[in-house]
Amino acid sequence: MMDIAVQATGLTKRFGSFVAVDNLDLSIAKGEVVGFIGPNGAGKSTTIRMLCGLLKPSAGRAEVAGFDVARDPEAVRAHIGYMSQKFSLYGDLSVRENLLFFGGLYQVPRGEIEARMHMAIGMAGLEGREDVLVQTLAGGWKQRLALGCAILHRPPVLFLDEPTSGVEPEARRKFWELIHQLASQSVTILVSTHYMEEAEYCNRIALINAGQLVAIGSPGELRRHALGGTLYELSCEALGAAVTALGQMPEVIDAAIFSDKLHVLMRGSVEALQPWLATRGVTAGQPVPIAPSLEDVFVQLVSRSSVAGQT
Amino acid sequence: MIRRLQVMLMKELLELRRDRWAMFRLIVPLLIQVIVFGYAATFTVNNVSLSLLDLDRSQGSRELVSHFVASGRFDVVDRATSQHAVEADIDAGRAVVGVIIHAGFARALDSGKTAPLQVLVDGTNSNTALIALGYVNQIVAGFQSHAAQSAWPAGAGAAVPGLTVSMSERPWYNQDLADRWFFIPGVIGTLAFMQVVSLTAFAVVREREVGTLEQIMVSPIRPYEFILGKTVPFFLIGLVDVALVTTLGVLWFGVPFVGSIWVLLLGASLFLIAALGMGLLLSTLSRTQQQAFALNFFFVNPFMTLSGFAFPISAMPAVLQWFTRINPLRYFLVVIRAVLLKGVGPEVLWPSMLALAALGVVLLTLSVLRFNKSLD
Ligand SMILES: Nc1ncnc2c1ncn2[C@@H]1O[C@H](COP(=O)(O)OP(=O)(O)OP(=O)(O)O)[C@@H](O)[C@H]1O
Ligand SMILES: [Mg+2]
Repeated sequence: MMDIAVQATGLTKRFGSFVAVDNLDLSIAKGEVVGFIGPNGAGKSTTIRMLCGLLKPSAGRAEVAGFDVARDPEAVRAHIGYMSQKFSLYGDLSVRENLLFFGGLYQVPRGEIEARMHMAIGMAGLEGREDVLVQTLAGGWKQRLALGCAILHRPPVLFLDEPTSGVEPEARRKFWELIHQLASQSVTILVSTHYMEEAEYCNRIALINAGQLVAIGSPGELRRHALGGTLYELSCEALGAAVTALGQMPEVIDAAIFSDKLHVLMRGSVEALQPWLATRGVTAGQPVPIAPSLEDVFVQLVSRSSVAGQT
Repeated sequence: MIRRLQVMLMKELLELRRDRWAMFRLIVPLLIQVIVFGYAATFTVNNVSLSLLDLDRSQGSRELVSHFVASGRFDVVDRATSQHAVEADIDAGRAVVGVIIHAGFARALDSGKTAPLQVLVDGTNSNTALIALGYVNQIVAGFQSHAAQSAWPAGAGAAVPGLTVSMSERPWYNQDLADRWFFIPGVIGTLAFMQVVSLTAFAVVREREVGTLEQIMVSPIRPYEFILGKTVPFFLIGLVDVALVTTLGVLWFGVPFVGSIWVLLLGASLFLIAALGMGLLLSTLSRTQQQAFALNFFFVNPFMTLSGFAFPISAMPAVLQWFTRINPLRYFLVVIRAVLLKGVGPEVLWPSMLALAALGVVLLTLSVLRFNKSLD
């Protein structure tokens, strides 16, 4: 029990008749970095805000750092750090003043505040710019400072809602270094993102679509098993005709055009592929088994879950 | 708790100091408005139409009439022959002021008794009426000092003859019309109200819009700590507003300050708490600054109109009169007018003070409750 930092069971949020988060189960171990991925409006922010005690769940329950979010939100708040999707430091205050403010809100002991601020400033790479107004900082620095503010009180659990959106790649990479540094100090982190390459940096990925958890696992697991078949790359001439033809083949789970090639997901043997196409007038090269990218996996799973959701 | 409140206040003050235009925005429009309102309210009016009725036909009464004519302020449109005719003049809009000198006026003066003088005022334009009444008072005072010096045969030790002006209005409204400085205290209350309500509403909504509110709410801060941190600075700004505008009214426009500054401070404090509560409530009803702007407009204007600031409450339809009972501005206008002009204290003003306190408690409680929920 001590090893579980976040535990959600049947977590649900309705806005009127609209279900934003639907019966979500999620369990995160201490020190884990879990990526929260899903299309716009999937319910990532809503889930995170429920876990922070900012929104009351409509149904289900969640425990964070051992406290129930609905019954004991105050205790939850003292044990978490949160970066909201919007940038939310005070632009008209300086770096130092922002840190002092958030340190005070969390009642960081007075004796320690200087040391912790020093650490946060170092982490953000803002040494020597303590008195600069935050609104004049570039995106990457702002985000790292916001992270610094969110961890001044040394929370064991961190919720980061798209902390790297709109930040250039180099700054994003630095930000993820910080995340891993924190994780190595056994801080538990749930981080939502739109960037596929960031998903690779996570211990596990939770894929959410239309409020439902579609898949959860390590990047490797998801690539290997989530699709329920093997992915092949195929070069051929009439791409459009090939896709139509493959759609009728029982062993094909899915076929899609990827630039000038086809990606075909198949269960069972691939032997019958070329002949099937040949009898339908499409000449194709030798299918080459490839490892699906996480993007392949997500696109597949999301479209499948959307179809399932509609029926 | 103290620590969190401290950092909230520190943050508010820093933000206020960073905002180079804050002081300008807070003070300059306020001063301009007082001056504009002040001049609009005390603008001299000449040739006020007057209907005169002299039922006494004595030397004394003719003397008074000549004072009216000689003043140059009045234009005698009718030498009426009956009280009924004077009333008809006013009701028809031919005259703004009617002066009736009743029979026995001179006799009363001569015997050193107070002599009655009836003044009728058309209350429909309260501003002109106020100014006209000011003139009537001036003329009567001039007549009195003249009478005191001149040769009325006063018995040895007889008192200086006095005049009582009994005032009445048609239409019968606006009880406080008797006071020329009725308007400026109203301006003070109204401006402070507008400023405090909108400042509070906007400050909270801005934090909501920028996203800092969410960041604060996820910390262990209690809603009341946040609300205190947000409102204390505006409370102080509101007090400065009232002080500044009152000073200007007294020094520039010569509004009398008869009463106690402490009673005013008490009334202003209760009033500002209610205004802050209203601002907070508006902020919980809006997601964006635009919505706050619309709501502010929607609420603050009726509160001003239905406060007795310009339009007398007793002349309003019953429904609107009922509505004024939940209007903090209405009660504060009673307090500030009474303190400045009449010098009365809490022994008279306690019902208004109590109403302000009650409104403050209700509005603040409502906004704290709504504040908790509005996070959803
Ligand atoms: N307060 C609210 N009232 C009504 N609907 C809401 C509210 N908050 C969110 N929603 C809806 O719930 C759904 C999920 O929103 P949420 O913000 O959780 O998505 P998200 O996965 O974070 O999306 P994004 O990637 O765009 O941030 C959306 O359709 C959104 O419109
Ligand atoms: Mg979101």
